[in-house]
Parts: sequence; C-alpha cells; structure tokens
Amino acid sequence: MLGTTFLLAIRSIARHKLRSFLTTLGIIIGVAAVVTMVTLGNATTKAVQKQISALGTNMLQVRPGQGFGRGGGGPAPANFDEDDVQAIRDQIAGVSAVAPQAGTSGTAIYNGANATTTVNGTTLGYFQVQPWALTAGRYWTATEESAGKGVCIIGNTVRKNLYGGGDAVGTRLRINGISCDVIGMLSTRGQAGFGGDQDDVVIMPIKQVQRRFTGNRDIRLMLVGVDQDYSTSAVQASLTSLLRERRHIGNGKEDDFNIFDTAQISATLTGTTTLLTQIVAAVAAISLVVGGIGIMNIMLVSVTERTREIGIRLAIGAVASEVLMQFLVEAVVLSCLGGLIGLVLAQLLILLLAPLMQVDWLFVPEINIVAFAISAAIGVVFGFFPARRAASLNPIDALRHE
Amino acid sequence: MPSDGGQPLIRLHGVTKVYGEGPTAFQALKGVDLAIDTGDFVAVMGPSGSGKSTTMNILGCLDVPSSGEFLFKGVHVEQLDRDQRALLRRRYLGFVFQGFNLLARTSALENVELPLLYRGDAKAQRRETAMAALDKVGLAEWWDHTPGELSGGQQQRVAIARAIVTSPEVLLADEPTGNLDSERSVEIMQLLTDLNRTSGITVLMVTHEPDMAAFARAIVHFKDGLVERIEHGHAAGTAIA
Ligand SMILES: Nc1ncnc2c1ncn2[C@@H]1O[C@H](COP(=O)(O)OP(=O)(O)O)[C@@H](O)[C@H]1O
Ligand SMILES: [Mg+2]
Repeated sequence: MLGTTFLLAIRSIARHKLRSFLTTLGIIIGVAAVVTMVTLGNATTKAVQKQISALGTNMLQVRPGQGFGRGGGGPAPANFDEDDVQAIRDQIAGVSAVAPQAGTSGTAIYNGANATTTVNGTTLGYFQVQPWALTAGRYWTATEESAGKGVCIIGNTVRKNLYGGGDAVGTRLRINGISCDVIGMLSTRGQAGFGGDQDDVVIMPIKQVQRRFTGNRDIRLMLVGVDQDYSTSAVQASLTSLLRERRHIGNGKEDDFNIFDTAQISATLTGTTTLLTQIVAAVAAISLVVGGIGIMNIMLVSVTERTREIGIRLAIGAVASEVLMQFLVEAVVLSCLGGLIGLVLAQLLILLLAPLMQVDWLFVPEINIVAFAISAAIGVVFGFFPARRAASLNPIDALRHE
Repeated sequence: MPSDGGQPLIRLHGVTKVYGEGPTAFQALKGVDLAIDTGDFVAVMGPSGSGKSTTMNILGCLDVPSSGEFLFKGVHVEQLDRDQRALLRRRYLGFVFQGFNLLARTSALENVELPLLYRGDAKAQRRETAMAALDKVGLAEWWDHTPGELSGGQQQRVAIARAIVTSPEVLLADEPTGNLDSERSVEIMQLLTDLNRTSGITVLMVTHEPDMAAFARAIVHFKDGLVERIEHGHAAGTAIA
C-alpha cells in the first residue's frame, strides 16, 4: 500500500509542478539558510582558530608597554634584553623555549630584483615555539647562532619576489646593503588576520640583526613556549612576578609590559564566533518553521481545491487511511524534495560566499543531515493536519464540491 | 426485480433519510422498499427533489439510511462503518456520474487504472486490465489523452471504463447522460445495455429522459421520497430495435 501511495503522491506532485514548487519554497529557503549560516559560521570559527594557531598555541607573547589601548604618557617602557631571556629560561618552570625577537624592515636585493620585506632576528627557540617547516635547506646551527653569522632563512613571499619561486638556497642576498647567505626556505603560512603576510620575512640569528640592523641589544618581543603539562596561566603568573621584580615595579603599580596568551584569546574568539553561529542558525531555523507552516497552508488550500478528487477516490473505494497516507506522503515527499534542493542551494551559496568572507570552503555533514531530517519531520508534522482533513471528507459532499 | 423466492442482490426495506436536525430537518426518503436482482437493468425516474440521488447514494454505499434496512448480498450495509463500506464499493460497485468526475490532467489510462491501484494490482496487470476496459468502451487509441482533450461523450465513456475495470457486480449511474446531447446519450445507453447483457453487470441508472429510461428492463418512479410505482416489461434494447 505504501508503494501505491508513494506512486500517487509522485504523480500528483509531477502533475502540479508550479504548485508543488511554491509549496516547498519555504522549506528550500529555510534549509538553505540554516545550512549556509551554520557552515559559514563554522568556517569562520575555523578561520579564526587557524589564524590564532598560526601565532602559535601554548605560547605567551611578552611585550614591553601596557598592551592594547592602555598606558600612554610617561617615558616609553624599557625593552627586554638577553638577561631577561636567560632569567625566564632559568627561573620559570614549564617554559619549553624562549624566542627573543628583534627586527626591522628593509629592502632585499638579489640579482637586480628588489623587494621591501621584514627582517626578523631570533633564536632557534623560535622554530620550537611555533613550528615552521622548511621546504628546502636547513635551520642555522647553535654555533652560527652564538656567532651571529650572516645566514638567513627566507619566507615564501620573499622567494617569489626575488627568485621567481625558484631555488634560493646557497645564494647570497643583500638587505639594506648587508649581505646574508640563504640557507633555508620556509613553507607557506599564509595571511595572518592581524599581522599581514607572514611569509614576507627574512629570518636571521638575533645577534646579527642587533649588530648590523638595529644597532642595539633591545628585544621587542619574547615568545615563551609553555610545556604541554603546564597551564599557560600558571606560567603567565610566574612570568609576571619575575618581570615585575626584574623591572623594579613597586607594589600597587601597574605592569609596564603585557603578556598575550594565544590559547586564551583563541578560546574567547571561538566562543564568540560559535555564539554568533548559534544565533544566526536560530534565526534561520525560524525560517524553516515558517516554511513548514507554508507547506501546511498550501496543503490545506490544496485539500479544498482537490475536494472533488478526494471524493472520486473515496467513491472508487479508497479507505480513509489511504487518502490520509496519500496527502501525508505527498507532504513528506514535497518537504524532502524541498530539503534536498535546499541542501544543493546551500552548497552553491557556500561556494559563492566563502571566498567573499575569506574563509575556506567547508562541508559539515552533521548540519546537512540534521537540516534534511528536520525538513522531513516538518512534512510529517505540518502535512498531518491537511491530510486528516482530506481523509475525513464525506464522499458525497466531496463529489458535489465545485 | 426478484423473479423467484431467492435472495435478491439488493434489498431496501423501510429506508428513510433525514437531512439536518431540529426544525430545519428535512426527510428526503420516507420509507423506501425496493428489491433488485443480479443482472437487472433498472432506471430510476421522478421529479427533481423526489429522492432519486439520495437513494442512489445509499445503494452505492456512499451514505447510510437514517432508519430501515439495506441488504447487499445479504449484508446489512446500514451496520457497516465507513471503511467497510469503502471496501464494499471497491470490490462490488462501479460509479458513473453526471459530471464525469475524471481526474484532471490525468490520462484516460491512468484514470481507468485508479481503482486497480487501490486494489493493489501490479503495474503490468494494471495496464493490461485498464487497456481492456478502454477497449470495451471503444477508446483504446485515446488512452494517453487527458479529459481536457476528450469530448463529453468520450469522457463519459472513460468514466464507464473506470467504473467497470474492476469487474463490479453493480454499476450505479446518476444521470449519466445529463450533460450529453441525444446522439451521445444513445451511444452511452447502448454501451450500458451491452455491459448489462454481455457482462451480466447489474445497472442502476437515474434519468430524467423517458427515451433513456426505455433502455432499462424496469423503471422505478419516485415521488416525494417514496417509490410511487414500478413499471415492468421493458426489454433492454427495445428503444433501438
Ligand atoms: N446533503 C443534503 N442536505 C440537505 N438536504 C438535502 C441534501 N441532499 C439532498 N437534500 C434534499 O433532499 C431532497 C432529495 O434530494 P435528491 O435525492 O438529490 O433528489 P433528486 O436526485 O431526486 O433530485 C431534496 O429536497 C434535496 O434538497
Ligand atoms: Mg439528483
């Protein structure tokens, strides 16, 4: 009997294409909206997480000054120096590595090509704190580091600008008139949300940068790697008291440095984007329910419009449950079809919108399954009332209906 | 009409029908007695509002009497519920209406197949049986036309094919020629006569026109919700002889 009912429903839908389409339009839009919103929301969360993990996780960034939007006035707080780095490394438990950084911008020249780039001086700890693979060549050695040799590792953008994407290892390039031997090439990291192009960089031992480029021993940023077994907040606390002591900050006075915990920022931002995703998903879900009410409305109209047809079926010998099933199956088939079309539409919208929102294309199986299941359920719930009305019609009245 | 002492196919006994309730209640049937045998061809005549359609609806198991008995093949139909009556219709009855009542935008073949669908026949068998029924009414080559593409006479023949496709025992027709011109009407009557004779289907037909009633073997005259008289002696086909 279900096979017959299914056939009848399909025939009826095929015979009234426009009406069927209008009936299911609400579901199409609702499903497409829910799936698109949730998927793009997830993609945004992922993009935020990716940008933050590009900064390195389990890592604290320590800078002089009071941090975003605070401080100002008074003398500029002192930069850190090599002794601070040593003290952190020696005195704080749970620190896996400390990478001091000093840098400047400069013009790099190779073989007639030139490009403005960033010079970043650091230690091998840098590659430990935020792993960054090489595509060719090697990192510098500890000996080269302590000697402050003129060796450098270049980012992919520099490689593109100066070498046309070719092999740079073994060549010598000049930055601000100072030459360095290229010993390695870094893999692509891409755009960072905050820092611009991360691949537009030339990395050298910090001693070389301090001696030849900045001309002082200042350290503007320290990346402090935290052991897996330690919490970043505990290390942050020890770090704060150590630095306060070393910088002679009296009780009751504010820090003149700031510590930025990427894991914590990541959690906060992820929480925010997830909440936003939930809000837009809820709004979209309302449109799905409205779509269900649309199905019910048009099915009710359709029952009235098809009263005579129902009368014919009843006269021919259809029992009430068969008429009920036909209308119910019709509603479910319609809403499922609408659901499917909505899913396809959603994928197209995501393909279209993801690049505009600068997030990666994403397919979230769960939301597709859930949205489809909801559309089927809507067919059952909102199809039932009209179907029951159809089944309860009196055959004589139905046949006489104009 | 019952020719021997045996059980008639259909028997109405003291059937009344009241529409509505209270002061607006209207008694459409006031105690109808009627017996119809297998193989009969009965025409029902009478002035408008005399209760012809009401009686046909009861005989067609579409409605139940307010009081009295309706026996079909010995079964008390007035005691059956809605679905049981539907199954009775599906199995034994075929309907032809004045307004044809075909499904719009649906081919003749699919219209005729409809009762077989509810009977649960397989696709190939459905097709074959429906084509045979269309052939019987002379519309085999029109099988893929929708009602909109057929003339009134053709539509009524499709409706008759739909009514007989399940090989019913009784064909109920309420003014089947009411919407047709006289030439088309005669064709339909010849078809019904043929079905009655060759397939042995019992035919019950309401009509206003004496010319059409003349095809029947008996004419039941209704007046004011009662059977006024029964006219026997007509032989099916005399009108065209
Ligand atoms: N559903 C109904 N509700 C109320 N009155 C009805 C209904 N059906 C028929 N009647 C009344 O019952 C009477 C008999 O109707 P009907 O059997 O259709 O007559 P006929 O077919 O002989 O013209 C008429 O007066 C009609 O108005
Ligand atoms: Mg009538």
